[in-house]
Amino acid sequence: MKIRVAKENCTGCKLCMQICAIQHYDEINPKKAAIHIDAEFPDPGVYTPKLCVQCGKCMEACPVNAISLVGDAYVIDPETCTDCGICVEVCPFGVMFVHADAPTPIMCDLCMKCTEVCNTGALTVVE
Amino acid sequence: MNGFGGTIVRINLETGGIKRTPTPEKFAREWMGARGFVAKTIYDEVPRDADPLGPENILIMAPGVLTGTFAPAGSKIGFGCISPATNGHADSNMGGHLGAEMKYAGYDMVVFERISPEPVYLYIDDDTIELRSASDYWGMGSLDLEKRMKDDLGEDFQIATIGPAGENGVVFSCITHDFGRQAGRCGVGAVMGSKKLKAIAIRGSKSLPVHDLPTLTKSTCDIIQRTKTHPLMEPWQKYGTALFVGWSNDHGCFPSRNFQTTYHEGWEGISGEKLAEEILVTHKACFGCWINCGKYSRAHIPGKPDVYVEGPEYETIALCGGSCGMTNIHDVAYANYLCDNLGLDTMSGGNTIGFAMECYEKGIITKDDLEGHELRWGNIDDFENIIRMIADRRGIGEVLSYGTKGAAERLGQGTLAFAHQAKGMEFSGYDTRWYSAQLLSYCTSDIGAHHNRSWAITADIQIGQDTPEGKAEVVIYLQHIRPLFDTWCCCRLFWGEVDVTAEEHVDTIRYITGWDVTLEECMKISEKIWNLTRSHYLERNGGPGRRFDVAPARQLEEKVPSGPAEGHRVGIENFEYMLDDYYYNRGWDKNGNPTREVLEILGIPYVADNLEKAGLLGEPFEDGVPEVRGRRLKPKAM
Repeated sequence: MKIRVAKENCTGCKLCMQICAIQHYDEINPKKAAIHIDAEFPDPGVYTPKLCVQCGKCMEACPVNAISLVGDAYVIDPETCTDCGICVEVCPFGVMFVHADAPTPIMCDLCMKCTEVCNTGALTVVE
Repeated sequence: MNGFGGTIVRINLETGGIKRTPTPEKFAREWMGARGFVAKTIYDEVPRDADPLGPENILIMAPGVLTGTFAPAGSKIGFGCISPATNGHADSNMGGHLGAEMKYAGYDMVVFERISPEPVYLYIDDDTIELRSASDYWGMGSLDLEKRMKDDLGEDFQIATIGPAGENGVVFSCITHDFGRQAGRCGVGAVMGSKKLKAIAIRGSKSLPVHDLPTLTKSTCDIIQRTKTHPLMEPWQKYGTALFVGWSNDHGCFPSRNFQTTYHEGWEGISGEKLAEEILVTHKACFGCWINCGKYSRAHIPGKPDVYVEGPEYETIALCGGSCGMTNIHDVAYANYLCDNLGLDTMSGGNTIGFAMECYEKGIITKDDLEGHELRWGNIDDFENIIRMIADRRGIGEVLSYGTKGAAERLGQGTLAFAHQAKGMEFSGYDTRWYSAQLLSYCTSDIGAHHNRSWAITADIQIGQDTPEGKAEVVIYLQHIRPLFDTWCCCRLFWGEVDVTAEEHVDTIRYITGWDVTLEECMKISEKIWNLTRSHYLERNGGPGRRFDVAPARQLEEKVPSGPAEGHRVGIENFEYMLDDYYYNRGWDKNGNPTREVLEILGIPYVADNLEKAGLLGEPFEDGVPEVRGRRLKPKAM
């Protein structure tokens, strides 16, 4: 399963960011989410949800083999991860996110919670 | 403390001093946030003779208990001060993302004191708080500056700005954020400008502590799933508040040509449907809101640059559109952009320009006053000329920069009769000649004629449009429940439109804070704030209160000349009846002055002492406070 992003439907409400941080950290803090929304205003007036597309480049680059494919998603093993930041640097889409209080970079594990709260069709599940 | 950032900041703009203190839980519980924090702080701290645009006024920004939480649409932040438009208590709130960001940075209230010697902006990045020079930014448009500051500081900063109108002290200047969300009313932008505070930039990365996250999460997720299929969800998402342009015309309450009539010929050209068809770029939501009522648009007018603007929403369409005689959605969107970038409230701005257009029609304002231009109904070039004159306070623009009441006092010639304002603040986009509860709402409001206090149009329909009876009780209920959302700081729309109950919002507060709070307690807090701001108004302006609760003559005396409301007016007798009923239902005396008994019940006896010292305390009731005052919950008619 993957998450389909229809950016033309995104309204920038950040519900996806909120539920993501709640799901993964038990905290209210959208900055600790694996999804972020780029807002280009005033011109052209476009929101773009950004999240992992599961390309696997991070796994290839990880020097300690902390990243592995589990089901459809690449996930970081926090026990192994040294938080060296190489995966963040090599990510071609800029979707490995960093937060000062998070022990590892933050990446989407396809839990799909964001698709449940999105009310506009910007984020949907595809098989 | 659960649900709050934990810190209050005081900034002395004159000395640059910055002081942090912990947010007291007692203060948070008793006043809940934004409107409550603001009302209490301003009442306690601003001298009664302070000039609204002078150093003794303070400007406050404060989110509330629900801001930045996972509550439905917990997006709001309030700004407060003494208003230069009304010389009374002012609070004005906005959605967007600023309030949440402020909570994530760890702050519940920022109080700006005194006046900076040089233009500055406030920079907050978590624990870093600095006043930085804004000399390079002074004079810039609100929207232009937000873009510039995003480029300078980073896209992840949330930014609020004022435009040239705020710098110049136009009394209906606003504070703008998120390219089109405004704390629009009461002239908060003028007070910000008077302090030489050009902008606020905030970035926060901290987690917000909550009492019971699993229950909060489940509750909000359940509400999301339930409301997704509500019949009003889709139209709201599609058209936003502009949905109601047709409805208002059909019901004879849409202002046309400065409220001359209440059905606007050509309204179809400025409807929500037209907006969606012709100018919509994207739907735009505030933080944590899945209704996304914001419509982001691009206006195209031959001979002018294409402009982007959030809106136009209903109030802008009614007041810049209908009240200024416009019938083209591109013109309304362009007018919206002009107001936004100059830093003017589209509501008071549109209302004031509609008033000026009627003055032009009557020959009271002439081409000589307009630097050779005209001021014709529905003409966007004329609109652009006059609004720039207002923002610059040039010529007749200086007269109009005081709003309709101030302008009418300067112009004379009977113009006050068609100045649509109460206490110096302009009407929202609803004519009231067939809606007497709405007129009572406007005229008794603490901040002037703003529908965020009480929107009673549907209540009028339910109770009966031609009767003054039963109106006061509904208005009082609405004046408590609606501003409560501006105190909690979540959007009213979920309650008003898609059947999320006020009780559910209170449950959310319990999950967040752990307080054993009830709706009854919240309604009492709202009534306390109402009595406080009323008392504050009287302490600043003298008494009796009744002499300020005044309606425009047109609404009382002139019959609507056309449309569904044709032949209707409120009438002086009906209005006076409603005022008597209103004061009685509030437990105030016949002069509209709050009584000691009520202020003591509400837990603010010190306010009664202050009123007594000033000779403004209401006469006590012989048989005690009327029992009806305690009836705080929904009247049957609702």
